[in-house]
Amino acid sequence: MSLALTLHTVPTVPLEAEVLSPARLAGLSAPEAAKLTVVYGNQRADLGDFFKVGKGADGELHLTGDLARVKRVGMGMAEGRIVVHGSAGMHLGTGMTGGEIVVEGDAGDWVGSEMTGGRITVKGNAGHMVGSATRGSAVGVRGGEILIFGNVGNEAGSGMRRGLIAIGGDSGDFAGVNMLAGTIVVLGRLGWRTGAGMARGSIISMHPAELLPTFAYACTYSPLFLRLCLLHLGRLGLPVARSQVEGRYQRWCGDAVELNRGEVLLLDSAPGA
Amino acid sequence: MGSPLRIVNGRVYDPANGVNGVVRDVCVRDGKIVDDVPPDAKRIDATGLVVMPGGVDIHCHIAGPKVNLARKVQPETHRDDVQLRTRVTRSGTGGTVPSTFATGYRYATLGYTTAMEAAVPPLGARHTLEEFHDTPVIDKGFFVLVGNNLLLYRLLQEGRLEEFRHALAWWLTVTKAYAPKLVNPGGDEMWKGQRNANITALDDKIGAFDLTPRRVIAAFIEAANALGLPHPVHIHCNNLGHTGNVETTLETMRLAEGRRAHMAHIQFHSYGAVAGKSRSNPTSRARDIAEYVNTHPNISADVGAVMFGHSTSMTADAPLAYMLYRIAGGKWVNADTENESGCGIVPFTYQDQVYTNALQWAIGLELFLLSEDPWRMVFSTDHPNGGSFMTYPRLIRLLMDSEFRKQQMAQVNQKALDHTSLRDLQGREYSLYEIAIITRAGPARLLGLTAKGHLGVGADADITLYEEDDDKEKMFAAPRYVIKDGELIVEDHEFRDDHGGRVLHVAPAYDAKIEQVIEPFFEDYYTIRFANYAVDDRYLSHHQVIPTAAPAAAATPAGAARP
Repeated sequence: MSLALTLHTVPTVPLEAEVLSPARLAGLSAPEAAKLTVVYGNQRADLGDFFKVGKGADGELHLTGDLARVKRVGMGMAEGRIVVHGSAGMHLGTGMTGGEIVVEGDAGDWVGSEMTGGRITVKGNAGHMVGSATRGSAVGVRGGEILIFGNVGNEAGSGMRRGLIAIGGDSGDFAGVNMLAGTIVVLGRLGWRTGAGMARGSIISMHPAELLPTFAYACTYSPLFLRLCLLHLGRLGLPVARSQVEGRYQRWCGDAVELNRGEVLLLDSAPGA
Repeated sequence: MGSPLRIVNGRVYDPANGVNGVVRDVCVRDGKIVDDVPPDAKRIDATGLVVMPGGVDIHCHIAGPKVNLARKVQPETHRDDVQLRTRVTRSGTGGTVPSTFATGYRYATLGYTTAMEAAVPPLGARHTLEEFHDTPVIDKGFFVLVGNNLLLYRLLQEGRLEEFRHALAWWLTVTKAYAPKLVNPGGDEMWKGQRNANITALDDKIGAFDLTPRRVIAAFIEAANALGLPHPVHIHCNNLGHTGNVETTLETMRLAEGRRAHMAHIQFHSYGAVAGKSRSNPTSRARDIAEYVNTHPNISADVGAVMFGHSTSMTADAPLAYMLYRIAGGKWVNADTENESGCGIVPFTYQDQVYTNALQWAIGLELFLLSEDPWRMVFSTDHPNGGSFMTYPRLIRLLMDSEFRKQQMAQVNQKALDHTSLRDLQGREYSLYEIAIITRAGPARLLGLTAKGHLGVGADADITLYEEDDDKEKMFAAPRYVIKDGELIVEDHEFRDDHGGRVLHVAPAYDAKIEQVIEPFFEDYYTIRFANYAVDDRYLSHHQVIPTAAPAAAATPAGAARP
């Protein structure tokens, strides 16, 4: 694979480029890769119409430029590594089953929706529907990790069944809506209606939050799994403070409409209380 | 309509004309089958190919408000099944409920050229016709829901039978429908009035009416026969899907008393119960149903077979949809309650290891294999209820290939098979001739479509050419040629042309005075003015009125234009 693609023409309408994936580019020479078909608006085009394809190194796929309108990068990928030096568009790593994607800039909506494995790291912000179920589906992320260093929009982790979503900044509304299981860590602030309709799973935040009336306070404690989880996130570069690792958390049970089996853990504002 | 065409040396299966695998030519001119064409006519070499009339689906759900609702409720099925535009065809999405364009093209790629949408509320007629306009290639019509109609109930309750008949004819005519459809008569009316209410037996009282399903069904059978409709009343019986519903089904068929009636998706109505148990799993009573149909030539049925995998339960039987939702546990939607009907949609997956699902699958096969008259027990999966029409080739293989059937039987819930006679029917295999009957000639005859389902002179030139193959699923999944109205639509498995298809409807005569009875009811209760209710001809582009046999006496001609 080892290709380096540089965006030479910024698309003015969305460019659907699921060919930007290790398996699709494996074994192709630069001219062959430039001939791959992408969908530009309602037209077909060649990858080479937008990207200069060069030789890469390290067995990685490197994409450079403002790819904010380039959709489906790494969609369905199973192995390998993609590094985006710039921003990525919608549906980054949608349905991926393995491998790793690193975005140095921002990402659009639907990052890692319905992924089952692998890891996506976005150093900037991400849009709505991070790691969510596609409209109509009951189940979202089934495995893997999504790390967003900045803020995210609404409905992060909707319908999530397994895996880990970690957000360094704030989340929008409806984080973990209809969640079935899995873990969402928000180091910043939560939006409204966190965990609405969640059946099981854990949503963690380091700030006080106004929860739905269908969430009930249970206790304040230091869950062991969270300590391990936060240490893991710290090792991956997220700004986890020692006070958070060792802190005590309020446990709120909910959503009562789904029999109270889920939980929202909020860092207790008065340690030691 | 197309240049003259000669299909040379094909092996022709045309059961309506008694042609069983004879190698001969078929000639086409101006969209019709003709005796001969000039020697310079275009020729298709059909050596080694099987020639059949285009398929006719007597019962499916492909257009209208509830179908569109089923599309909207399942967006997740669209993205996995995108149909791309080609030079001649338009784009669409698939899944168990394809978009309009995809529906037409996909039927065509199976060799089907006619399909009947089986349940449209009268108020949804315009919507349905608009979708028909965008459903390419195939000819199509719809059955209009009249079994839970308040005005018709009122006329019936007051014993005004002649007016009842005229009102029925009026409804068929003004909605551009093809046949009257009863769905769980009385059940929707009960459902609207009371939480989780339904009809449980033919002698239940229907809500506030002094009526029973028994009286309603008998009246519709009577009226539809008196009107001489090409297709009689199309009945979805009460108690669909319930354990022990076979008694209701048999009782309903007896109500016909020798008059014609068509029983829809009868597989769903063939369930017994374990004797002596008040609550039990269903068992198969396919033998009783098949025996009744075999011995009563006035009765016809389509099977409504269940195929494993994804389906969408889509029905005007709203209380049934609620029952299915409680089994499936996922999403569902209830709609059309404000119409002269009801509706429920439940995405559903039939699983081979689930007792009930395996039983349903087996009963569908039993009914086919026990049928002694393929002309009256015809092919359907009640698309998309028992399975998508895209499963038809597999179902055909199950009927034609007992070895394949045996393999499939080994994979399903064996306890379910214990309650059926499927294991005793191993010897029975359908021939190509019989397949041509149950998928083409039979449905066309039951629908009263005299120009469809056969290849005699004067018939519509709707023709399919299959490559014979031991794997019948493969054979029926992709005809090499499909000809519609004499035009070559599919050639070498690829679309060569697009085609509009026609809307087929009836316009039985009625006494114009009936409008004086109907209009006040509209002004009192309807959300639409009487003058705006009748569907005008602008909703029909290409259409064809199928004549009725015996117009009612002292009637004025109906207003529909003839082509």
